[in-house]
Amino acid sequence: MLEKALSGSNRYWAWIFFLLAVIGVGCIAYWKQLNEGLGITGLSRDVSWGLYIGQFTFLVGVAASAVMLVIPYYLHDFKKFSKIVILGEFLAVSAVIMCVLFIMADMGQPMRVANILLHPTPGSIVFWDVVVLNGYLLLNLIIGWTTLGADRKGVRPPDWVKPLIYLSVPWAVSIHTVTAFLYAGIPGRHFWLTAVMAARFLASAFAGGPALLIILALLVRKFSKFDPGTEAIQAIGKIVTYAMFANVFLLGLEFFTAFYSNIPGHMHPFHYLYVGIDGHTKMVPLMWLSSILAVVALAILVFPHLRRNESILAFACIALFSSLWIDKGFGLIIGGFVPNMFEGITEYWPTFLETLITAGVWATGFLILTVLYKVAIAVREEDTAVEH
Amino acid sequence: MSMNRRQFLKLASASTVLGVGGASVISNIGRGNLEAAQIHPDPRALKAKRWGFVVDVSKLSTDEDYQKCVNACHDIHNVPNNPNPRHEVKWIWRDTYEHTFPNTAEDKIMNKELQEKNFLLFCNHCQNPACVRVCPTKATFKRASDGIVMQDMHRCIGCRFCMAACPFGARSFNYTDPRPNIKVENKTFPTRMIGVVEKCTACYERLAIGQQPACAEASSGAIVFGDLDDPNSEVRKLIAEKYTIRRKPELGTQPSIYYVIGGGEHA
Repeated sequence: MLEKALSGSNRYWAWIFFLLAVIGVGCIAYWKQLNEGLGITGLSRDVSWGLYIGQFTFLVGVAASAVMLVIPYYLHDFKKFSKIVILGEFLAVSAVIMCVLFIMADMGQPMRVANILLHPTPGSIVFWDVVVLNGYLLLNLIIGWTTLGADRKGVRPPDWVKPLIYLSVPWAVSIHTVTAFLYAGIPGRHFWLTAVMAARFLASAFAGGPALLIILALLVRKFSKFDPGTEAIQAIGKIVTYAMFANVFLLGLEFFTAFYSNIPGHMHPFHYLYVGIDGHTKMVPLMWLSSILAVVALAILVFPHLRRNESILAFACIALFSSLWIDKGFGLIIGGFVPNMFEGITEYWPTFLETLITAGVWATGFLILTVLYKVAIAVREEDTAVEH
Repeated sequence: MSMNRRQFLKLASASTVLGVGGASVISNIGRGNLEAAQIHPDPRALKAKRWGFVVDVSKLSTDEDYQKCVNACHDIHNVPNNPNPRHEVKWIWRDTYEHTFPNTAEDKIMNKELQEKNFLLFCNHCQNPACVRVCPTKATFKRASDGIVMQDMHRCIGCRFCMAACPFGARSFNYTDPRPNIKVENKTFPTRMIGVVEKCTACYERLAIGQQPACAEASSGAIVFGDLDDPNSEVRKLIAEKYTIRRKPELGTQPSIYYVIGGGEHA
């Protein structure tokens, strides 16, 4: 089926080469990092994780969100998702690959990464994260490819794929729960030491991932003859709305516990992120932008008649996705490190090279996504041609 | 026997997998039975069930008092002197009361002398170390024989999870190549490479030949080193006699550094 990605319009090829160029620049920047060390990033002794780990965390959520299509379609037989579910599965595949690349980019000694498997340490959450993420990648590749292949031949998917689909549901929950456990079990990092972290991760994932999927589905309809379905997009819009309310509610719980308890260590990260401490205010504009975007998105999404207008829906989804990208892909990590273990402040800001590497990873993800979507769309367009 | 391309590829990939697997089995034989140091144990080696430190800051006053402890450690362990504070590598360092005990920093009317006191900070060699719990490769591990939290710089993948987990900021990462920043290299101790985490390892290499940790030796009695499990050890006697505090005990890591702050009599 992959050969379908090799024929396309000029616009298709221009996009592919643009992505390849961004990947190329990212590779050059990474080569420099590999030789000179992570000193080329904005990371420091005090803020030892930054943009890479933030993006990793955010993208695990995007990957997990495919389950929001799988559950209605396969468990509740919600037929309207029949066309769009493949887009969710392939989005999950490219998101997990981006996760793996961000982890690799963050390693001080990437050549030694196999040590995680050579010296398996079940007591370490990283070990389980490697297991569940790779398992999830495999599940979605197998499920997506098999169902699409069956579709192409006009037959039902083989029976053996059903158990895998059911397995992918709890598996999706597991990848984001385990990722939350990376943070939520660390003593002394007040911002992360919260029992609702995994719950909030899932809520924000089920809002952000499907929001991205709506944007992608609208793009697919614009640039191809394949229509993922108006009603499907509307149904996902509802999922996004509920999940985002749950996410904001959980964030509110964090604020309550920190400020009503009045425990300094719990309040300080919030102070730093939203108002700054002693003139250290690098994160403040970003965090407020995130908050405003979240409010705007919810104010639109909560009204069904606004949501039904696809242009307004797209706008709300872009606002929501950007809001979560800032909050989870950046603020969440930095808030854990500032103030540091001595209640001192060292600020973090990504460097130019770090940003290029990050862009390179995103471009790789989009390249994989484009190729997979191209195949899926080509198969679906054939179907449509046969039907009519 | 003839084979087509597909059969050849199958055979080649299968034999590669088996080959790699076989090699790892052979290299694993006997692992865990021997530690390099145990092949010829030195009769002078210092032994304990749980090594610990008592740091009496009343015996530290001048800049030199602190600096000689830091230098003693950093010089023999090839700790790079990175000029960029964001990339600083430190095994033992001097810090303020407020940084050492941040949970008490809110007290604005406390004893001025104590508030202005400086402390010596290094790895706490905790009994329940969070860094060891999170390490995905066992590159940092708790030595079963004496409780030292060790760091294998050759196994470390540089994920920096231990830095996120350590509540005491005792770990440093080599953001740049450490070697150009070593002024005089001690040829008897390894230097590190880029991209790995390092920290105080309680001078395991000195204990093995019967010497005290370098900081304790240089401290003129301000740092006392001994077995926390032995009720008759000097550290236990000091802890029994004097009022001591540990950093962030509420986190349950059971740090093995006890600080004496007052001198003793009125505590």
